[in-house]
Amino acid sequence: MTHLPLYQQLLDSCAALLLLLSFAMLSQRRVVALVNLYAVQGAVLAATTLLLAWRTGEDHLYVSAALTLALKVMLLPWLLHRLIRRLQVHRDTEPLLNVSGIMLVGLVIVVFAFSLAQPITRLASTATRSAIGIALAVVLLAFLMMITRRKAVSQVMGFLSMENGVLFGAMSASYGMPMIVELGIALDVLVAVLVLGVFFFQIRERFDSLDLHHLESLKEHQ
Amino acid sequence: MALLLLLILPLVGAALLGAGGAHRRAPEVNAAFSLATLLAACGLAVRVIRHGDLLLGREQFFIDPFNVFLVTLTAFVGLTTALFSRPYMRIELDHGRLTPGKLRLYHSMYQLFMFTMLLALTTNNMGLMWVAMEGATLSTVLLVTLYRTPASLEAGWKYFILCGVGIAQALFGTVLLYVAAEKVLGSQGVTALLWTHLDAVKSQLEPTVLALAFVFLLVGYGTKVGLVPLHSWLPDAHAEGPTPISAVLSGLLLNVALYTVVRSKVLVEGSVHSQLPSRLLMGFGLVSVVVAALLLWRQRDIKRLFAYSSIEHMGIATFAFGMGGPIANFAALLHMTVHSLTKSSIFFTAGHAAQNAGTQAMDRIRGLITLSPTVGWGLMLGSLAILGVPPFGVFTSEFLILTTAMRAQPWATPILLAALAVAFAAIFSKVQPMVFGETTGRPLPHAPALLPVFAHLAIVLLLGLYIPHYLADWYRAAAHLIGG
Repeated sequence: MTHLPLYQQLLDSCAALLLLLSFAMLSQRRVVALVNLYAVQGAVLAATTLLLAWRTGEDHLYVSAALTLALKVMLLPWLLHRLIRRLQVHRDTEPLLNVSGIMLVGLVIVVFAFSLAQPITRLASTATRSAIGIALAVVLLAFLMMITRRKAVSQVMGFLSMENGVLFGAMSASYGMPMIVELGIALDVLVAVLVLGVFFFQIRERFDSLDLHHLESLKEHQ
Repeated sequence: MALLLLLILPLVGAALLGAGGAHRRAPEVNAAFSLATLLAACGLAVRVIRHGDLLLGREQFFIDPFNVFLVTLTAFVGLTTALFSRPYMRIELDHGRLTPGKLRLYHSMYQLFMFTMLLALTTNNMGLMWVAMEGATLSTVLLVTLYRTPASLEAGWKYFILCGVGIAQALFGTVLLYVAAEKVLGSQGVTALLWTHLDAVKSQLEPTVLALAFVFLLVGYGTKVGLVPLHSWLPDAHAEGPTPISAVLSGLLLNVALYTVVRSKVLVEGSVHSQLPSRLLMGFGLVSVVVAALLLWRQRDIKRLFAYSSIEHMGIATFAFGMGGPIANFAALLHMTVHSLTKSSIFFTAGHAAQNAGTQAMDRIRGLITLSPTVGWGLMLGSLAILGVPPFGVFTSEFLILTTAMRAQPWATPILLAALAVAFAAIFSKVQPMVFGETTGRPLPHAPALLPVFAHLAIVLLLGLYIPHYLADWYRAAAHLIGG
């Protein structure tokens, strides 16, 4: 049994927590709970960044942690909750068929992600070796979530969680991206949520629902 | 200076048109900003021709023959589309499909879209390139849904989700690239995403990581290029959005997306020393050509038909970049140019044809030539040009690609030829009755601006007959940069 330094253990716990949250999102039926889970995911991401910042003493990581905290733990969940209330879908639950089946597929995906991440893991000299596999797994699980959901809001939560996974990968493999890129990504995510807000109202106005089975008429034989 | 103007002008235009865009003269303002952007782009091109590559803004921007040619093309088609959209959008307003408020959104987002594309082309930072590509999606989503019909909402949703997921994959690819680069360029992270620095050290980058990064980048940006099987957003977005947006999506955005793929390929190829990137590009390209050619037969909507044709042509260009080498790259760049010009002119005429007939269904569009000879001839000539009939420029580029394929990849030539023949038959058999025959349509309340159509076709014809020396040198320099 090798002894890992404390910060390493903390980092690994963060990574594990992130993966756990991804599974929780995958099986969560209530829209409001999904947004809360997303906020927690953001908090874990911010904590990871903070931990790395404290470890390396790099200023831009502190800024990045603050950015994540402001955007993903506060602003975006607040916006999404507001949007959900205004759209009056806060009581919505989604009938999920075969949760255990989806979970099993998720497990296979995690194994696949770890094997895919092998070559990068060998290269990464940074603290968190297992983290890249987890980042990839989070991305793929979010993808799975988008495929299995029929409600517009849940698909968007999948999309946002995918972005979290990518950023966690960047954090753990190379202590984040250059500041200008991180700012740009944050801006894009924010604009995406705003655009989606407008878009949801358009869909609602037209169909009286945010169920995506209304949006399946454009087929090839048309 | 020219670069600053190039990027600032569309931004100012977007802000101005967003603030006061319901004004009666907004279409003219939109065109004026596009014209100014084009002038800035020409200034930039002249500087690159005279002084060679430019590194500007603390190395965040890099201009070489490859991107300056796309910048000029983008600004040019941006201007002609703005000119075309002036009467087109007025007619839509008269028909009650649009409101002044929506028109304001349209003009503002049009300029913003131009900005994101120009930023994606000129930036030297692979991360910023990603940000700009995502911005290009976001600025056009609300334009695709401009009519608020159920079909357009569905198209917009598909566009957003598919391109969003795609672009998330590209971000992962960018992260992987950064991980590999950081090992070589140092962990301060300032230079490790700059393309010029990556290019300088590409042979030292870890090959397995870069190969994986390329797969993610190709899937990500390839979604935006419309490569089969990642293409399903493309026909919907083209068919349901307003026609000027179809024209710029098809003529410009696909080019910019392909540009990002090629930039990534140059880096990865220098690192992995295997055929993987080329093979992937050739494979995706060939599948796109074949599948799109077959699907052309099943189309009933005029804009969907030409959207599939765009997939086919992007497939051809991707295949050519996959083959690599000076001639194939030259041909692919030429193909990007002529496709962009021809396809946007086709969408211009197709838009007016649909307005004439009151529908986009092809079996109800008849006799364009009697109703409006310019629209009829424009559509006919444009279709012939895109089908690769000599002496148009598309023929030249396709001929070069096919002859290169015969030598470099003989197995692919019959497949390409067969697909081109199928596409020819499909499009021609559908366009011919639309142009000739008895008319049922009604004339348009505003005279259409068809100068852009014939200007584009004239350039395409010119490029087919004779490529001026400086232009050929330019293409050659760009082709050399891509290498392969």
